[in-house]
Amino acid sequence: MDTNKTKDKQYLFDNPKNIKRVLYTLYASCFLLVVLDFVIHRHVYHSWENLPLFYPLYGFVGCVVLVFVAKWMRTFLMRPEDYYDNPKDDYDIPDDVDSEHTLKNAADENTHKGQTDQTTNTIGGHDVDA
Amino acid sequence: MWMLELPPFTLFFIGGLIAAMTRGKLRGAIMVAIPVISAIHLWTVPEGIHLQLTFLDYELVPYRADKLSLMFGYVFHIAAFISIIYSLHVKDTVQQVAAMFYAGSALGAVFAGDLLTLFVFWELLAFTSVFLIWARRTSRAYHAGMRYLIIQVLSGVILLVGALFYAAETGSLAFGYIGLEGVAGWLIFIAFGIKCAFPIAHTWLTDAYPEATPTGTVLLSAFTTKVAVYALARAYPGTELLVYIGAAMTCFPIFFAVIENDLRRVLAYSLINQVGFMVVGIGIGTALALNGAIAHAFNDVIFKGLLFMSMGAVLHMTGRINGSDLGGLYKTMPKTTILCIVGAASISAFPLFSGFVSKSMVMSAALETGHDWVWLMLLFASAGVFHHAGIKIPYFAFFAHDSGLRASDPPNNMLFAMFISASLCIAIGIYPAALYSLLPYDTGYNPYDATHVLAQTQLLLFSALAFVWLNLRGMYPPELRSTNLDVDWIYRRAIPAALQKVFAVIWKADGALRQAIRGKLSQYQSAIANKHKGLGGLLSGSYPSGNMVLWVAVILASYLFMVFIG
Repeated sequence: MDTNKTKDKQYLFDNPKNIKRVLYTLYASCFLLVVLDFVIHRHVYHSWENLPLFYPLYGFVGCVVLVFVAKWMRTFLMRPEDYYDNPKDDYDIPDDVDSEHTLKNAADENTHKGQTDQTTNTIGGHDVDA
Repeated sequence: MWMLELPPFTLFFIGGLIAAMTRGKLRGAIMVAIPVISAIHLWTVPEGIHLQLTFLDYELVPYRADKLSLMFGYVFHIAAFISIIYSLHVKDTVQQVAAMFYAGSALGAVFAGDLLTLFVFWELLAFTSVFLIWARRTSRAYHAGMRYLIIQVLSGVILLVGALFYAAETGSLAFGYIGLEGVAGWLIFIAFGIKCAFPIAHTWLTDAYPEATPTGTVLLSAFTTKVAVYALARAYPGTELLVYIGAAMTCFPIFFAVIENDLRRVLAYSLINQVGFMVVGIGIGTALALNGAIAHAFNDVIFKGLLFMSMGAVLHMTGRINGSDLGGLYKTMPKTTILCIVGAASISAFPLFSGFVSKSMVMSAALETGHDWVWLMLLFASAGVFHHAGIKIPYFAFFAHDSGLRASDPPNNMLFAMFISASLCIAIGIYPAALYSLLPYDTGYNPYDATHVLAQTQLLLFSALAFVWLNLRGMYPPELRSTNLDVDWIYRRAIPAALQKVFAVIWKADGALRQAIRGKLSQYQSAIANKHKGLGGLLSGSYPSGNMVLWVAVILASYLFMVFIG
């Protein structure tokens, strides 16, 4: 019953103006912090902190670098969602102890042996009968 | 008073047994009451050794309370209380019982005064918590739980071997400062490191935690790694190596967190990042750094629990947890949204939230001791944690594009548990003196000076600006349905695949060899049989019928002979 009502309801951020407001608040606070950086006398523990706007720049650049590096990591780390789930994967065979996979696989390997066993026996058997 | 000798874990273990036998409201009431009673009792416990016994030639101290262990004891009680309220609606007996035993094991471990007792609880932590993963009852959870259990038990076994070496080297099993000297020191260090999710050994955490039940993950995030942090703080304070390990732990997970789709796995990575701050603090080892590490562990249990609870609520209500499936939930889950943002602000260390008052201690200590580069890494990690845990988690779950999901806020017990956590986060942030008074050292540290507040706010808001800028430019990596490879690929894919190949070759060679030998044998056999054909010899393939008649006659004759003798 709620869903019918909510469909028509306008939520806070359905109105693009509100999103703009949030963003402008953020821009304004950032600007204020830049100004404060020059106003407030800071205790400096380290020479790097003497650089004007050290923290804002470090935060901004750090995050941009973080995102770009992470994006680049996707190029070689990303796999399909079911990468580890695929039952045909090699990984699942030793993991699913005694499952059909193992048996099937074992059968593949053993078919040759089974045949050889039979042939040797029949050879022996013929000889006995002869 | 007899209660004094009763180690805190006993009440929880008794509670676990009762939880196994009761149902419904009664079970809920008992489970909530136990951490409360136990906490009141713990509050009255003075420092000192409360239980001691002799086993073979060694002094065992199952119950030793000092400021360090009491601090972890308090926060574990808070965590247990909150998680139990959060999971009151769960009817699954396995989970409820496991929760009690798990919390009890964590308490047992932090009050253990000797390595043997520590080992016992170390292993119990593994065996009790794995049920919280298996309780999800999916094939993924089962396999992840198995891998989790194997690694945790391995850590315990290494601890035991280390403890035996330690006993041989020093003649005592006392659990105090150990340091990286000798085989014992290194073995115990590795055991602690595995449980602490050191880099490369961290994948059990990011593998298993997101596969646990919504309520189980909250418990998991509180105890295991924090017990390891406690153990490191006791045995290896001031170990330089820890500074670098910790710094690595703060930095590398944030890259994975940015591209991870499963939001609880994002939190698991950020858990490693936060533990990294604690490890750095322990490694620096000054009074301020240790205080910072312990205070941060205390706060982390609460705010990380809050974040896991909010994501658990999302999973519980929508059945989804991937960032690519979620979005727009603020519309129908406003309370959860606000509580999640409080957790996000705390983990990002915004001034007036709990993370700020503890993380800044570690950072200041790093600067004071001249670890400049480590300090830069921690600063980067602080910006990064805001980026992935502070913004990404709330943004992709509750805002971003509208997923069309219209789930309502979770049941009241879940909301209430989150509310307690959120209140604690803000209370500690506003009035840190209460937390500081519990810390082992008195450093007179004040986090709220203008420099700190300004620097931290600048760092965070410009990180937010970076997020906004990247997002508006469309450069932010979208949430994609994917699995990202991590170190666990080595034991989940590479080693099994390599073994598969090796065994395939071995079986083939083995089969060929057997066939060759069989062929040769049968050749010889038939050759020999041919040679002796019709001669009645021992090796001939067939016998003349005359032989048979002869042997029958011999048997009959021997019968006759026996009759005469009888």
